[in-house]
Amino acid sequence: MTVEDEIEIMGQRLNDKIRKIFGRSLHIREVDAGSCNACEVEVNSLSNPIYDIERFGLHIVASPRHADMLLVTGPVTRNMELALLKTYNATPAPKLVAAMGSCACNGGIFADTYASMGGVDKVIPVDVYIPGCPPRPQAVIFGLMVAIGKLEQKIRKTEVRS
Amino acid sequence: MNAIVESITKEYNNHILEVSTSQNETYLTVKKEIIMKMCDHLYHHLDIPLVCIFATDERKEEGSFKIHYVFSVDREDAFIILRIDIDGKNPRYPSITNKVAAANWYEREIQDMFGLIPVGHPDPRRLMNFEDWPAGVHPLRKDFDIKTKPPRIKGEYAYRRVEGEGVYEIPVGPVHAGVIEPGHFRFSVAGEPIINLEIRHFYTHKGVEKLFENISLDKAVFLAERISGDNSVAHAVAFCQAMEKIAGMDIPPRAKHIRTILLELERIYNHIGDIAGIATDVAFSFGAAHANKLKEDVLQLNERITGSRLLRGMNTIGGVRRDIGSKKDEILVSLSVIQRDFRKLMGLLFSTPSLMDRIETTGRIYNDIAKGLHVVGPVGRASGIDRDTRRDHPYAAYREFNFKVPVSKAGDVHARTIIRGDEVCESIALIEQALWSLPEGEIRIKADDIPDGNALGYCEAPRGETIYWIRTCGNKIERCKVRDPSFCNWLSIEYAVLDNIVPDFPIINKSLSLSYSGNDM
Repeated sequence: MTVEDEIEIMGQRLNDKIRKIFGRSLHIREVDAGSCNACEVEVNSLSNPIYDIERFGLHIVASPRHADMLLVTGPVTRNMELALLKTYNATPAPKLVAAMGSCACNGGIFADTYASMGGVDKVIPVDVYIPGCPPRPQAVIFGLMVAIGKLEQKIRKTEVRS
Repeated sequence: MNAIVESITKEYNNHILEVSTSQNETYLTVKKEIIMKMCDHLYHHLDIPLVCIFATDERKEEGSFKIHYVFSVDREDAFIILRIDIDGKNPRYPSITNKVAAANWYEREIQDMFGLIPVGHPDPRRLMNFEDWPAGVHPLRKDFDIKTKPPRIKGEYAYRRVEGEGVYEIPVGPVHAGVIEPGHFRFSVAGEPIINLEIRHFYTHKGVEKLFENISLDKAVFLAERISGDNSVAHAVAFCQAMEKIAGMDIPPRAKHIRTILLELERIYNHIGDIAGIATDVAFSFGAAHANKLKEDVLQLNERITGSRLLRGMNTIGGVRRDIGSKKDEILVSLSVIQRDFRKLMGLLFSTPSLMDRIETTGRIYNDIAKGLHVVGPVGRASGIDRDTRRDHPYAAYREFNFKVPVSKAGDVHARTIIRGDEVCESIALIEQALWSLPEGEIRIKADDIPDGNALGYCEAPRGETIYWIRTCGNKIERCKVRDPSFCNWLSIEYAVLDNIVPDFPIINKSLSLSYSGNDM
């Protein structure tokens, strides 16, 4: 199976989920909390004409205030901790957080230093972990799909309670 | 080389304490009072660029700190390293920034990391340790434990203030609108033109240099790859070369060729990505889509031949870990298609008036500014600095191949785009040469034990000259200084944007192609 076929299949499944839960599209804000920029290369790849995630209803937005989901990369450096917290607080609820890359999942190779917090979940709650160094675009799309499924659960839970 | 060292020793005879040479590195230990004069002499009169300044903590062995000033003698493939001793009890030394502007950030870095004070520095604010770090935290001192988590205190960074009628500030970052790394930019603007820009970085400081001292050698290569993700190969090669130099190892010719191919593949996807970024930032989406597709083609080629889209995990001390010789035809075919499409793309971009209008004369870095700040890589070459580590200090298999180093004098975004375009074509030609002449044989030699010693490793990354200085002791890294090209180039943006309008800032930033992570480490 070629990369293109893989993307088509996964993208369609993702699109169906997004349509069902969000009506039309999912808005993502990417936050670099100290990554080495390899994850940024792959997030940028998601928008190129091969993957083109916009056609599946995923949109990368400029502000956390417009976002349904934060896609966080990097081990969270000490110098970025406050900025990440502020970004999280600026995102309207219900919100999702996906930790992208090995560093974001558990600090990766940078975990044990004076300047690294050792993973996104040390600072804000994380819904989905997308491992890889960096994860391939296909893996990121799969991770986003899992995250959306989780939001579905979250919404159902609140409905049952009310 | 000897001629230069001789002339220096003659002139500063009374002030030189010790001279030692190992391979192409000459170390001169000098008195600290004379350092400013000597650096000025080398930099301005002999025209030898200062490529790195770093400190080492040798209080245990010799009772002092040492600061090293690394000069690169390009004509003779050699390095001169001036060294001064600094007493641990009185950690002060004369700043050279007033004479050699390129020393600015290095001295501030040493101040934060080692607590050595550059006396007379024009801007002694903190760099990596933000204001909420307590005083006296100097992570690269040997008595600082890497796991210490310094508490947060109150403190605020003082930005330069610009005042006047109608002047206002635009703060941007560290979380930006685009998918880029974190950093803060503060513009002072009157109307549209920028009258001052102050950058504040080091948000992604992760403590890489300290981490090198605390991990095993086999892991250290992986760490080098993760200093600046899109320059993974260049960092890994520079690191491995320094280690191999210490061990006096000559890696197999086949490994040298494979390294050359990987380095050039990395250059190709980076440059195409930068060109895509420029097209995006002038809102020329058609061109951007083409360029991004081409970049993706290279990334997929990378994955097919190495298993990693960013070419990670290929280099190791003593050679490379995977042979790509069997993929020769696939690489050649893919590259010829990429080259055809790339030529078409450049033709399309440069014949689009709306794009040309935005990039010509935009973001000029004049030659004297570029020289003064020691701007490196394609950005330097676009401002008339004819330097390229591949040619001046040949490594891997570059000595065997023919390639041109494109240089321009214009110094604007247009010139930088042309240089990148020409370099992509040169890179493709280099890969073809390397593949056609690929020697048979081993791809790595065993490197279990590294003897004690120190050496420089260097490499021309897509962004420019990358320098490593490593000292080993007992099969561990005692000190690893990493100098990413972005560390030299970042300050030039403050000059490049002057008198440009705010909407042109993203184009200028993209054309300089700077790494935040490589800079902050």
